[in-house]
Amino acid sequence: MIRLILMRLAAVLPVMLVVATFVFLLLRLSPGDPALVIAGEQASAEQIAQIRRDLGLDRTLPAQYLAWLSHMVQGDFGVSALSGQPVLALIADRVEPTLVLALVTIIVTVVVAVPLGAVAAWHHGGWRDRIVMTLAVIGFSVPSFVIGYTLILVFALRADLLPVQGYVSPFDDPLASLHHLVLPAATLSIVFMALISRVTRASTLEILGEDFIRTARAKGGPEKRILWRHALPNAAVPVVTVIGLGIASLISGVVVTESVFNIPGLGRLTMDAILGRDYSVVQGLILVFSLTYVLINLAIDIVYLIVDPRIRY
Amino acid sequence: MTHTALFPRPSRTRRLLSAAASQPVAAGAVVVLALVLAAAVLAGLIAQSDPLGISPRNRYQAPGAEFLFGSDQFGRDIFARVLHGGRISLAVGALSASLAAVAGTLAGLLAGSFRAVDTVLMRVMDGLMAIPNILLAVAIVSLVGPSLMSIVIAICIPEIPRVARLIRAMALSLREEPYVQAAIGMSLPRWKVLARHILPGCLAPLAVQFSYMFAAAILAEAVLGFLGVGFPSEIPSWGNVIAEGKSAFQRAPWCILFPGLFLSVTVLAVNVLGDGLRDMLDPRIAARRTR
Repeated sequence: MIRLILMRLAAVLPVMLVVATFVFLLLRLSPGDPALVIAGEQASAEQIAQIRRDLGLDRTLPAQYLAWLSHMVQGDFGVSALSGQPVLALIADRVEPTLVLALVTIIVTVVVAVPLGAVAAWHHGGWRDRIVMTLAVIGFSVPSFVIGYTLILVFALRADLLPVQGYVSPFDDPLASLHHLVLPAATLSIVFMALISRVTRASTLEILGEDFIRTARAKGGPEKRILWRHALPNAAVPVVTVIGLGIASLISGVVVTESVFNIPGLGRLTMDAILGRDYSVVQGLILVFSLTYVLINLAIDIVYLIVDPRIRY
Repeated sequence: MTHTALFPRPSRTRRLLSAAASQPVAAGAVVVLALVLAAAVLAGLIAQSDPLGISPRNRYQAPGAEFLFGSDQFGRDIFARVLHGGRISLAVGALSASLAAVAGTLAGLLAGSFRAVDTVLMRVMDGLMAIPNILLAVAIVSLVGPSLMSIVIAICIPEIPRVARLIRAMALSLREEPYVQAAIGMSLPRWKVLARHILPGCLAPLAVQFSYMFAAAILAEAVLGFLGVGFPSEIPSWGNVIAEGKSAFQRAPWCILFPGLFLSVTVLAVNVLGDGLRDMLDPRIAARRTR
């Protein structure tokens, strides 16, 4: 067991190395000189050369790579070219709205989508199944910003029930915060509900065909109990795995949703950094996002190893 | 294989018709897609006005007789822009999905048949999967500059690992099949085994994956446009038509709603088609139906 967990832990390193290498190459090999961008249009040739030396851009690519990698490993993500603040401090400043939005989204998604998927599987082929699956494929197909703007139009502008945009921290004013979170969380949840309800349905269907379900039925257990006590807990493994894998697209969704609802989180920071060509912030963000994804999936795998004796890698 | 002699294979049209009858929803999706495609190809004929024609006098006209879908902040005809935008959006979707399918299949076949390549290649794929796809695409396009090629490549790169994983898993399981073992035993060259025996077995799941990727790519193009790193305004696409409408959407919601509707219906049709293909091609589900 310990050996398996250690092996799983060790698998994180090559993945992060690949991400880091990819980010490095992407930013260094792209056209456009970061020194020129940072120096601005009025800079003299000496100033540009100075900046290039400061950034280490005058060295060979492998040398730059090793130097850069050792900084990254030590947690030194550099300084933002636009604001002059350390990248990690900038990221830490903007984590809260994103984290709150992501957590609310995951909770809402699980609470709504798992029962929907289970009911669809239970009534396989019936009208409930068809309604859930139709909603799921629609939720999959409408882009989140179209959903977001439609929700704003209906609930904020026409009905005037909820605020149009903005963010209030739950630590300052929990009620106003919730008020502001309803629409963005709904926007972001819809895609995930579509995904999770489909996966729940598929995996519950598979479990319902197993022998132990037939045994439970033969023992005369009530049908409801068979679904909720026997089938669902066993169907949970693929569902949680998909939630873990979905973190990557959740992060992508956050970028779009924060842009629609004007939320000052990591998504907005990302777009500002990309449009402002703030290289060190972009690479810091990609690394932090990828590390989050990798660590969440690592945690899920390790929990499985501990609680589910059937799983052996 | 022997039953083909006992039951002569029905003609191609017959088979198509019976496939359509068994999947009426997917058949409907094909019709919708054909209509959207025709509207995009014939955009110049259907929409009389110029998608780039600016007329300040007609800013923010509501949908009506003159402007079927209304007009935007420059008085351009949204109807014309949506139809012409369909060309770009569909082209980006088809090209990205094809490129990802080809690259992913190559990577998957290599990883599935050569141990030495497998570990390295799949670690690279794991790394690519860890980067949020929209972020990766936005970073690539903003660094290289928006063009058809950069946008297609940016959208296709995050999709490659998914295809590679799928094809690798298929290749690994097909390799254990007796007919593949026989071919290897007859010392057929590696590439011939791959091309003749493994690849054909991967095509059905690849077709399903292709339709999902096509849908995802159309959405991704729209997201890039929405975030302001997509095509410039002179090249209308569903993404940038929506993006340009967002600043005025309180005043002129039609600027977003109509292109959004076209985009959603198209993506929905492609996804439904993918589900239909999956149900038709998956032997487990097909068996359940005939039983």
